Amino acid sequence: MSFGWQALPLHIILVSVVTAILIFALGEQRQHTRTLLNLAGALLKLLLILIMLLAIQAGATFEFRLPLLPGLDLLLHADRLTMLFATLSALLWLVTTVYAIGYLEQSPNRARFFGFFSLCVAATMGVASAGNLFTFFIFYELLTLATWPLVVHRGTPEAFAAGRLYLAYTLAGGVLLLIGLVWLHTLAGAGDFIIDGSLAPIAAGNENALRGVFVLLMLGFGVKAALLPLHSWLPRAMVAPAPVSALLHAVAVVKAGAFGLVRLVQDVFGFELAASLGLTDLLAWMAAATIIYGSVLALKQNDLKRRLAYSTVSQVSYIALGVATGSVLATVGGLVHLVNQGLTKITLFFCAGNYAEAYGIHKVEELDGLGERMPVTSVCFTLGALGMIGVPPLAGFITKWHLGAGAITAGAPWVIAVLVASTLLNAAYFLPIVQRIWFRPLPEEMAQRHDRLGRIRRAALITPTVFVAVASLGAGLLAGIPGSPLFWVVRLVGVEGP
Amino acid sequence: MNPTAVIYVLTAAAIFGIGLYGLLVSRQILRQLLTINLMGGGIFLLLITLGGGAEGPPDPVPQAMVLTGIVIAVSATAFALALLLRWQELSGSSEVDGDAVTDAVTDALDDDE
Amino acid sequence: MATPLQTPLQTHSTMTSEALVAVIFLPLLGACAAVMPGRFPARLGIVAGLLPLPGLLVAVTLAVWHDGPAWLELGGWAAPLGIRLFVDPLAVLMLWMVAIIGGIAAAHAWFDFPPGTGTGQKFWPLWLLLISAMNALFLSADLFNLYVCLELVTLTAIPLIALAGSKTAIRASMRYLLLALLASLLYLLGVALLYNATGTLDLYLVSDGLGAAPPMVVTTALALISLGLLLKGAVFPLHIWLPQAHASAPGPVSAVLSALVVKTAIYLLYRLWLWSVPATVAAEGALTLLAVLGAGALLYGGVLALLQERLKLVIAYSTVAQLGYLLLILPMASSSAWPIAWQGGTYQLLSHGLAKAAMFLAAANILHGLGSDRLSDLQRLDQRQPLSLFALAMAGVSIMGLPPSGGFLAKWLLLEATWRSGQWWLLAVLVAGSLLAAAYVFRILAATLRRDDPTEARPAAETRSIPAAQTACALLLALLALAAGFAAAPLLEFIEAGTPGTWSSP
Repeated sequence: MSFGWQALPLHIILVSVVTAILIFALGEQRQHTRTLLNLAGALLKLLLILIMLLAIQAGATFEFRLPLLPGLDLLLHADRLTMLFATLSALLWLVTTVYAIGYLEQSPNRARFFGFFSLCVAATMGVASAGNLFTFFIFYELLTLATWPLVVHRGTPEAFAAGRLYLAYTLAGGVLLLIGLVWLHTLAGAGDFIIDGSLAPIAAGNENALRGVFVLLMLGFGVKAALLPLHSWLPRAMVAPAPVSALLHAVAVVKAGAFGLVRLVQDVFGFELAASLGLTDLLAWMAAATIIYGSVLALKQNDLKRRLAYSTVSQVSYIALGVATGSVLATVGGLVHLVNQGLTKITLFFCAGNYAEAYGIHKVEELDGLGERMPVTSVCFTLGALGMIGVPPLAGFITKWHLGAGAITAGAPWVIAVLVASTLLNAAYFLPIVQRIWFRPLPEEMAQRHDRLGRIRRAALITPTVFVAVASLGAGLLAGIPGSPLFWVVRLVGVEGP
Repeated sequence: MNPTAVIYVLTAAAIFGIGLYGLLVSRQILRQLLTINLMGGGIFLLLITLGGGAEGPPDPVPQAMVLTGIVIAVSATAFALALLLRWQELSGSSEVDGDAVTDAVTDALDDDE
Repeated sequence: MATPLQTPLQTHSTMTSEALVAVIFLPLLGACAAVMPGRFPARLGIVAGLLPLPGLLVAVTLAVWHDGPAWLELGGWAAPLGIRLFVDPLAVLMLWMVAIIGGIAAAHAWFDFPPGTGTGQKFWPLWLLLISAMNALFLSADLFNLYVCLELVTLTAIPLIALAGSKTAIRASMRYLLLALLASLLYLLGVALLYNATGTLDLYLVSDGLGAAPPMVVTTALALISLGLLLKGAVFPLHIWLPQAHASAPGPVSAVLSALVVKTAIYLLYRLWLWSVPATVAAEGALTLLAVLGAGALLYGGVLALLQERLKLVIAYSTVAQLGYLLLILPMASSSAWPIAWQGGTYQLLSHGLAKAAMFLAAANILHGLGSDRLSDLQRLDQRQPLSLFALAMAGVSIMGLPPSGGFLAKWLLLEATWRSGQWWLLAVLVAGSLLAAAYVFRILAATLRRDDPTEARPAAETRSIPAAQTACALLLALLALAAGFAAAPLLEFIEAGTPGTWSSP
């Protein structure tokens, strides 16, 4: 156990924890110090991650190990998948922090909000850098604890009802996960679970036990990843403030679940073993069902944020679908969607938040003609929507192209049908919104109103929105150049993939 | 076991039984206290009997136990009486609402406010 | 007389022996000093009675760590006539809990019961006696000596509850006292029968005599002793006295009652069924029965905690529930997973003690600050008493068994043990119990984050400020409960060395 350079993943987590503690300690009033602290924490974290990224490029390895129980260690390390998720989260956290500072300008309980916000990201970093499932579980549960106060932040009865549902799902999922882990531990004995193919030697004779473990773990991760039928907490959690929704959907919670599924298939079981037990088919079918079901429900939503929420339910399952399909190309598609969906969905949530804050607009039908009133936000929204649909050459297209191509190499052409259906549905629930924004006239009474934002708040809300919109645009347009998400994922799969 | 011992054991059982019955039927805290003392008497008698031994000198260990037990019973009773007095001062009644032994204590602590 | 113990027969160095005796007698002497009028003797008594305990325990721990469990014959008198003390890892763990929780709770009580004045004059002698009695209990190896210690614990704990002075407190004290008296009589009767059947009172020699004794008498005796202990330990369905007694006591007293005093009875149940009656034929059914009671406690206590409207009652019912975990491990005593189950059980003992004491101290702070501990009066607590809420929440994490906390590691070990031994019903109970715990803890937390209801006429009461040190006491215990989630490896190694059944021969 060393706390030095080797323990950099730990320090990255601690940066957020310390930020959180300082924010709690500062109290409600010291607004400027808090803002400064928030930004400093986010920047420092990003900086450390970049340093780690460069070091890993140069061949360095990182590992921090603390024995918790006999044979069970808290293990933090950094592989390429870690870096993919960690970089994404740290970047989006910085952006979301700026956005949240603007969004919550006048509202009460900001110290509490930003404290838990930081803790939440600390937990996400822990999930990203967990070196075994035991550690993964610890941070996964910590994430539940840290996000609950954010979900109930508004303190209204609806918020508490959503919080109860959120807890009911996530804690029950945590229990399934825990049981699965204990089972795996008794099967595989002491050791780090995330090692390629470490389960293969014990697979003979334990097939059904391993199937049981996989299903338990899949359900445990599936709750946060909003897999059908474990998704219904997610739309309800929309009562939370917009930055929280962005965080839940794009950066932390849903992603932690999807990330868990990736780890489960790729690192814990290994694709070969999972496929030979028939487990990847199960996951692929569940993911496909979720994709279609989420899209269909999204069609019916009139509330903008709820429509986005069901869209998330649908889109996150692309990740699981890609990983479960298994061929290199499909895996690339799934993993790159981790990033693409994050960037695109956070853009959409920021835009929804902007509409709500500027004019109090929450419903789809109230968006008529807003393009002329809020052109920047509306352009960003349109970019996000088109990206989600998968219009070439935007980010969603990159995902779907790889998924589709990968499905054919993997001999699972039905995936193409799912993709086509999903794309049509995506278009069906996003294009009408875009059409309303740009091609409907502004209603009379809207023409009289002015937005409620001051200059500084507008800057604090618009800047991050533009930033993530441009980033999501870049993830699609520039997918071919070195440094793009696709570039990273291809290298990642090339080195570590099945 | 010799006949005397049998008589002692039966007496002890009877005293204990009477005490137990009293504890179960009485509603007054003072009576409950007395019945518990009665049960204690039965147990002490049994202890002495068991330690008596048919032949030879009696075993000193049970004697010591009974002596200690009596001391403890006396002090506990004294303390219970003090509590009871305090209760009467506060509530003006020597009865505790509900049965002290069997009543589930789920009611709130409203009367403190 | 032959002894069933293979290795740990040596008596440790005199220094260790003296440390053990001092652990019992320093608080006792402190109590004597605290009775004297004036502030100085009281303060001296408290400081001299409590402060040296950790130092002494370091010596004891090191000795047990290196040389294993040991006997100490007081005054050189051998068993069966003499009084023997016995120290092993379990006893050491309990002594540490008394020293740490008792010490921190005492620091908290210092402000509400200033030594040497007013109620402090009554409080501190009782407190120090209670500490001394518990230490003596954890070290005693003699069933009758244990009876005396149990009585001392009861007779010092109950007046401490009554010191709260309210009607409820007095009523709860009386109920507790009557039932405790009844329990003592049952215990005493059982001990008398056991002595008659086996000819010894020594907890660790009883097993020698069991073979020759009439089975009926032994069974009756064990049943009576267990019944008495279950009543004192507030094990479901004999818990009826606990919630109100623990909820109406002064804060630091509640903390010690829930974290330590009820554990004395559980500790004796362990000693009785795992040491005195090692794996005899009759034991299997009895252990399962005890576990069934534990399961009942876990579920019933959890549901009732969920229904309470007052913070301290929620916490008190949570104690009823959490005690259940400690009995759940018993049926695994004969399985190969027993060392894991034992580690899980004792780790639960420790983490629950720390977390529960933290919760009660935090609740005491909240009650002081707000003048009420109704859940409906806790809104905006995060603004009004953030640090107490923080302590409450961190302790709650451990109670729920969520990481990172001692409670989580305990739950993991328990789950692993149930899984390895194939006791599926225990697994289901564990899971249900922890979900119930999550429900009642989050119910508290939700109540504290609510905003003021604008339609309600009554605004939130002004918050009285409380001494920073009292807040610090609650926080410190809560932090320890979380820290237990990181420091388990050496602790568990120590505990494992004392697993019952591994070092005593059949």
